[in-house]
Amino acid sequence: MKGDRRAPTGQASLRPTLVYEMSAFIETLINGLLLGALYALFGLGLSISLGVMRMINIAHGDLIVVGAYITSVVMEVADVHALASLFFVAPIMFIIGWVLQRALFNHVIGRSVFAPLLVTFGLSIVVQNLLQETFTADTRSLRAENISQIGFDIGGVSIGLLPLVSAGVSAGLFALTHAVIASTHYGRQSRAVADDPSTARLVGVDDKNFFAIVTGFVMAAIAFAAVLYAIRTPFSPTAGPDRLLYSFEAVVLGGLGNLWGTFFGGLVIGVAQLFGARVSSGLGPFFGHLVFLTMLLARPQGLFAKVAR
Amino acid sequence: MLRTRSLCAGYGLFQALFNVTIEVALGELVALIGANGAGKSTLLRSIVGSVSVAKDAVFLDDEPIGAASERRQLKRGIALVPEGRRLFPSLTVLENLLLAARNGRRGMWSIDRIFAELPILGSISTKPATALSGGQQQLVAIGRALAANPNFLLCDEVSLGLAPLAVGDVYALLRKVRSAGSGIIIVEQNVSRALGESDRFYCLQKGRVVLEGRSEGADRASVAQAYFGV
Repeated sequence: MKGDRRAPTGQASLRPTLVYEMSAFIETLINGLLLGALYALFGLGLSISLGVMRMINIAHGDLIVVGAYITSVVMEVADVHALASLFFVAPIMFIIGWVLQRALFNHVIGRSVFAPLLVTFGLSIVVQNLLQETFTADTRSLRAENISQIGFDIGGVSIGLLPLVSAGVSAGLFALTHAVIASTHYGRQSRAVADDPSTARLVGVDDKNFFAIVTGFVMAAIAFAAVLYAIRTPFSPTAGPDRLLYSFEAVVLGGLGNLWGTFFGGLVIGVAQLFGARVSSGLGPFFGHLVFLTMLLARPQGLFAKVAR
Repeated sequence: MLRTRSLCAGYGLFQALFNVTIEVALGELVALIGANGAGKSTLLRSIVGSVSVAKDAVFLDDEPIGAASERRQLKRGIALVPEGRRLFPSLTVLENLLLAARNGRRGMWSIDRIFAELPILGSISTKPATALSGGQQQLVAIGRALAANPNFLLCDEVSLGLAPLAVGDVYALLRKVRSAGSGIIIVEQNVSRALGESDRFYCLQKGRVVLEGRSEGADRASVAQAYFGV
């Protein structure tokens, strides 16, 4: 189809080609931004755990996949739409997060940098194998044709409904997180703990219990990311590490501990991937990584890093 | 009445305190003096639960309350102003107070009352806590502890690094807190200031109480001897 619209060479065809190139460029850019917003949503949870608890969760990507599988089960059992299933999946994920933090992560936080890395690395392997054991290695996807198959054509630029919804949810969750951190008691606690955990305890912050709530919130955010991702792309038990990689790139690119930096970082990765895919359809992720590495070399502290204290 | 009885504490294999017994009553200001490394900070941190101690090492009105978390002790009405003030840089002055107020107890020290007692904080309440001068920070740090409405206020290195005028402000505030009925323990490097402001004092040396008594008319020579251990 693309070939048909590409005009043959010659003076007369210059204008149509330009118009086509322009609208294709805009289309790639917009779709890249929309995809990037989903990557940003992947990174949201990671950004919060890193910012508040100084914890890097290697199992983050696998927990996204867990969310996708839980959604597929809930959809089957309760016979609900993929998005409606979030009413069940988000609370379930909150509880899983709370339990994980209390039973596992709290024992390793604050000891050394490596302890949480090792524990979550182990968790990642356990989760992948449990998923494989329970759901087999076959790929699945969440069926939601009434949003995944709908698109708009705006001035020659085609945009899908699902990416639009994803981006809206992502931006909404970032805004919500920002509001919670900026102007609620929980937000003040999270900033205080991030600043100085031992003094936070002196003003009555029960950090172990608070971290459990934070991880619960992170997992609820993961639930949203998981559903939107799984409607878009088929998933399998081993899909986690790639999700982790994109999340991590978004977080690091934006600057550690900077919420909106993570959002912007996700956008950059998404745009880079889609422009890369235009060069060659298999090279999308590669270009994402390339841009990440280049920007990391140029600004190792991330684009919007907090000023070091 | 808040007291410790034969309190022993340390960090790992290092024992910092040996059988320390002190007490402070409501409305009383007690000074802890002693050279660096004598164990003054460790003693305060033991009482509020930052350093673990035996359950029967700390008593509140004859109830053993040792071995509890900082949060529990704060709820019981014991608050610590840590050495170096340790305000949260990501929080404004007001937010620093709000956090403690929400986690602490209800009582006379509302946020409004604290701002009324410290009018200087009013104009800087929305500034990040670290944008203040050392003296202002110390007032906010004490205000933050007060916001939790403690019956017993423990202040570590209350005047360290402050200008003389600021030290005056800090003690003026502490006198108000005492006359409002709270018991106060201060750690103070300046021995004559400590004795001048306090009702009673304890002198620690290498983790033991080597001298205690009423501050008024305390014999400076014996205090100096206890302080330096000569």
